[in-house]
Amino acid sequence: MSHATIRLPDHQIELLSAGYRREMAQRRRMTLIGIAILMLAVLLSGFVAEVRPGVLFENIGKFTSYFGRIFYLDNGALVFTDMREWFWGFWKWGKQLIDTLLIAYLGTLFGAIFAFLICFSAAINLTPKAGIRFAARRYLEFCRTVPEIVFALIFVVAFGLGPVPGVLAIMIHTVGALGKLFSEVVENIDMKPVEGIVASGGTRWQSIRYGVLPQVLPNFASYALLRFEINVRGASVMGFVGAGGIGQDLIEAIRKFYYSDVSAILLMIIATVMIIDIGTERLRHRLTTMEQGR
Amino acid sequence: MIPSRDLFPDRAAVSARHPSIMAGSSRAQVMGWAVVALLVALTILALTRLEFSFARLGSGLVQLGTFLGLMIPPSPGTQLVTFSKALAETVAIAFLGTLLAAIISFPIGFLAARNVMTNRIVQFMTRRFSDSIRGVDTLIWALIWINVVGLGPFAGVLAIMTSDIGSFSKLYSEAIESVDRKPSEGVISTGGSSLHAVRFGIIPAVLPVLISQTLYYFESNTRSATIIGIVGAGGIGLHLAEMIRTFEWDRVAFIILMVLATVALIDFVSSRLRLALVGPRVTSV
Repeated sequence: MSHATIRLPDHQIELLSAGYRREMAQRRRMTLIGIAILMLAVLLSGFVAEVRPGVLFENIGKFTSYFGRIFYLDNGALVFTDMREWFWGFWKWGKQLIDTLLIAYLGTLFGAIFAFLICFSAAINLTPKAGIRFAARRYLEFCRTVPEIVFALIFVVAFGLGPVPGVLAIMIHTVGALGKLFSEVVENIDMKPVEGIVASGGTRWQSIRYGVLPQVLPNFASYALLRFEINVRGASVMGFVGAGGIGQDLIEAIRKFYYSDVSAILLMIIATVMIIDIGTERLRHRLTTMEQGR
Repeated sequence: MIPSRDLFPDRAAVSARHPSIMAGSSRAQVMGWAVVALLVALTILALTRLEFSFARLGSGLVQLGTFLGLMIPPSPGTQLVTFSKALAETVAIAFLGTLLAAIISFPIGFLAARNVMTNRIVQFMTRRFSDSIRGVDTLIWALIWINVVGLGPFAGVLAIMTSDIGSFSKLYSEAIESVDRKPSEGVISTGGSSLHAVRFGIIPAVLPVLISQTLYYFESNTRSATIIGIVGAGGIGLHLAEMIRTFEWDRVAFIILMVLATVALIDFVSSRLRLALVGPRVTSV
């Protein structure tokens, strides 16, 4: 089955393939320049960050042996042989884990409430006044950019040690993160219901209550649940700076080389985080199917 | 005013005619109130268990107000050079950590993707592996790495790298799973091996998505890198924690402003890079 192939005259092929080669050479040059810049950045930052591969290779054994050591009890037996000894502090840590979850819960709830109050002012379709929008957006950006642990450090000084500064720190960070997501959801709504309410003389709050809310609520709830999941992880280290939860015992165990405690606490944290992950995923899935059925 | 009851004098008659529409879904309403009640109950439980009190909040807010007053005007004191160096270190930690994590996660992402890795056991194990890594916070990884390479920014690089391997493996494998199958089927049908299918059927499609996600993480890692100094893993966090503990509020404010400016700058650079490398098309992924 041979088809008669129509070939271009040779000089035209030559012209076209020369153009192709030029294009490709140009692309290759750009890639090379990009790689060179990347390498330069790597070398520079490697120098600044005092990267010493030698030290890493010399001590990489310590990393693996660390994971070996945390799975041995003080008496030299493997942790799995004596669960009671390994999880000797199960109830104590369990209580602290519940505290951690409650810190994450309160931080997420209050953060979501404040984000809810602010998000409409940051959305372009509901707040045409550039001044208010600008202020709201910059405020959310500030809350989001400063890491929650920094807020926690400052709040620990102001409010004293304990879970209160942890909740407040997580709350502020959540306001920033959720406020942005919420306002993006609001910007994507169908404006017809809102216009209808405004046209029939509704106030701003009435148009939000009856025009916007029914459209955005499932999305808001879904984002808040996702944030809760992230906040559980964040709350687990709040104790590092004295802001409550399981982190206090964890950092103590790591610093004082209570090896089997480290593995026990880490496993409990990982298990909790996984359970929360699965639970919120289920809930969010139901929310999205609810929204589609609407 | 929105339509109120008065505008519908025959509301009763209308609801009698269309009970399914006018009655509202009472079940959904009950569910809604149940959820609200549950949330309120949990909140009360949490507030009492975590020892919240108005007195404490009030005195704390007063304290906070004093601190805020002392923060103005922000000033680096005599430590501008120290802070700048530490900030450069922070950016370097974030950059190297993100890059190393991206390089290591690239193959792991394929191992964890259902459409590439047909061996379910390997795929499942890889998923759980990255889940466990993600369950542990960057700060905890920093503490562990400090045990290995000692105090300093190198431990920070390794910490950022480790916790990002968990996130990247997940993101990458999801991107790979959502890729169009047709190109790789085409490669297979013309006699290519499965490695060829990956190289010519999948990588060209996913690379822009992966680069874009990695650049997003560079920005968020700069934020994480500012705090790992708190446990001694290099960067500006060490100075920040020290200034807070010694009540040098003007310096605290200065450092926070420096961090904000740097993050904004990196955000700008990375979004420009993303546009240049990837085009506006995949930014929503």
